[in-house]
Amino acid sequence: MNRRPFLKLVSALTIASALAASAATAETIRIGAVAPKTGPLAGGATVTQWPSIYLWVEQVNAAGGLTVDGEQMMIELIEYDDQTNPGETIKAVQRLATQDDAHFIIAPYGTGLNLAAAPLFDRYGYPQIAVSAITDQQPELSAQFPNMFFTLGTTTALAADVVKVLTDMRDAGQMGDRVAMVNVADAFGIELATAAKPLFEEAGFELVYETSYPLGTQDLSPVIKGAAAAEPDAFVAWSYPPDTFGLTEQAMIENLDVKAFYTAVATPFPGYGARFGAAAEGVLGAGGVNPDSPAFMEYAAAHEEVTGEKPDYWASATTYASLEILAQAIEAVGLDRAAVTAHLRESTYETILGPISFDENNSNPDFWTVGQWQGGVFKGVASRGRDGTVPVILKEGWE
Amino acid sequence: MDILITGILLGGTYALIAMGLNLQYGVARIMNLANGEILVAGGYFAFIAYTATQLSPILTIFLVAPLAFALNWLIYRLMLQPLVNRAKNRGQLETDSILATFGLSFIGVGLMLSFFGGDYFSYSFMAFPVELLGNTYGANRVLSFVMAVLICGALYLWLNRSRAGLSIRAIATAPASARLVGIDVKHLSALAFALGGAVTAVGGALISTYLTLDASTGVVFTLKALIIVIMGGVGDVRGTIVAALLLGILETLVASLLDPGLTLAAAYVMFLGILLFRPQGLFGKKPT
Repeated sequence: MNRRPFLKLVSALTIASALAASAATAETIRIGAVAPKTGPLAGGATVTQWPSIYLWVEQVNAAGGLTVDGEQMMIELIEYDDQTNPGETIKAVQRLATQDDAHFIIAPYGTGLNLAAAPLFDRYGYPQIAVSAITDQQPELSAQFPNMFFTLGTTTALAADVVKVLTDMRDAGQMGDRVAMVNVADAFGIELATAAKPLFEEAGFELVYETSYPLGTQDLSPVIKGAAAAEPDAFVAWSYPPDTFGLTEQAMIENLDVKAFYTAVATPFPGYGARFGAAAEGVLGAGGVNPDSPAFMEYAAAHEEVTGEKPDYWASATTYASLEILAQAIEAVGLDRAAVTAHLRESTYETILGPISFDENNSNPDFWTVGQWQGGVFKGVASRGRDGTVPVILKEGWE
Repeated sequence: MDILITGILLGGTYALIAMGLNLQYGVARIMNLANGEILVAGGYFAFIAYTATQLSPILTIFLVAPLAFALNWLIYRLMLQPLVNRAKNRGQLETDSILATFGLSFIGVGLMLSFFGGDYFSYSFMAFPVELLGNTYGANRVLSFVMAVLICGALYLWLNRSRAGLSIRAIATAPASARLVGIDVKHLSALAFALGGAVTAVGGALISTYLTLDASTGVVFTLKALIIVIMGGVGDVRGTIVAALLLGILETLVASLLDPGLTLAAAYVMFLGILLFRPQGLFGKKPT
């Protein structure tokens, strides 16, 4: 084998990468991002996580970068697909910390993947501002991983506010107290169903139908038929995206006659409203925003312009807000990660959702919990400490 | 009765998922792990045609079928034919083709991601109720069942009545001897593989009218197809249909009478039972 061309190639590559590295360290902030682009959670991450990251990087760089110690620094985004596999998330975070020498890493997508990555964020001292990580373990987690922050709320809050919305409807005489509750047999669905069941019973509701179904069930008509046979006043499903769509379609076909219809994840996706159109009117779902606030409208317009897609009506805006928080903390104290983490604990940040600060458990106490499709827009109807909730309307048929 | 019809409709869906793989595995001897990606691609095509031009999926399948046929024919000729040529025996071909198509499935996912993004694609098509014997069913599911019956029926007739079908069955039964009686095994294997791909893609287009898919969901369908083909017996259309219907009815029975959470368990118990007591599949022939 002739070695000379090979050596030339190697030395050229070495010089090029050395140049690139020195250029990079001089002016850019390296921000790492790891989230699913393939695998079961890819559909959700593609709507909620990635577009907001791209939008944020684009906007920051268009404005000339972030001001760090009086110097303008552009953002360089380093992204990895974790294939919805916790092992891959861990590898990617490790690689970002040790090989790519990222200054900061954006928190992964999904509760499980965030938990998997938390020890590494902790070991390398990166702040982890988690968004789509809804859990009741926030006090324990923040005690164990002091760099971990939570923005989107807790399981119990999400379940309790659904119960509260239904209680208000019942107490207003709009419906009875028969509830059908189903859940996807996955960590998220099981945790929510477990949290919701005692709350429903405490509030005096009767659970007339209760079941779970495996993730990826291809025919949900037995679930809807079973629920319909129990003649509920309200239908609540702690569901994931494919079954959120499947349950809604079956409810339409069966003409499930309920006063309140709730499905969880993906109900706030623009694709949900696009698919079901007028039939979506009155459907309740997890999350929500204040779609009429100027800050959200401006964000939604920019989101669509830059990424070509609409944001969802829940975690998209929170993802963006988590990046606004990171940017403000960096501009305040520079690239020192420990200083940024300390700043996160103490300060209040102005975001598109309104002011956000973290409590003693590193948790953002102000978040949206329940939303509803009203007139083609998914509006927040219940929240913890957020302005702009609108009254709930009754689900009147599927036409 | 309601449970039976719901189960039969679901069985139709399963038949659509598995029929293509049966042709590819039974005749072309390629255990195609990229089968699910072809299905999702068919669904994408229907989704885009419907959202962009309001073209009904019933018409789209006439576009999807020839396209998928051509694509799969190319895949077979370029990628799998060399494996077939060099394989010394069936075991080696199986190993090689599993590895090759496993890689192909990643390429498929990657291509779909880069072209269409990773978002869910779902649309409403014929999502209104139809009444059958006093109960209501989704019109899109009924339609896809009717199409499944037509496709399976046509395949069955073609395989059993036509000369090409006879040759294909000969290859499925005894690939080595088929060559001795003047059957162009190479050509017909490519044909069967391409046909299997076309059937799968058409199935995908029909299924997309009621299931929510995304670029990464293909593997779910590959696994289901694999189970059905193995239960039914490799290379037998009847076996696949019967296995698909049985699985559909069993899952619906369990979901309606016991608990929807047990459907997976029931399906695998049935799979295990068949493997234990009839390892060659319901309609499979005992290995000689």
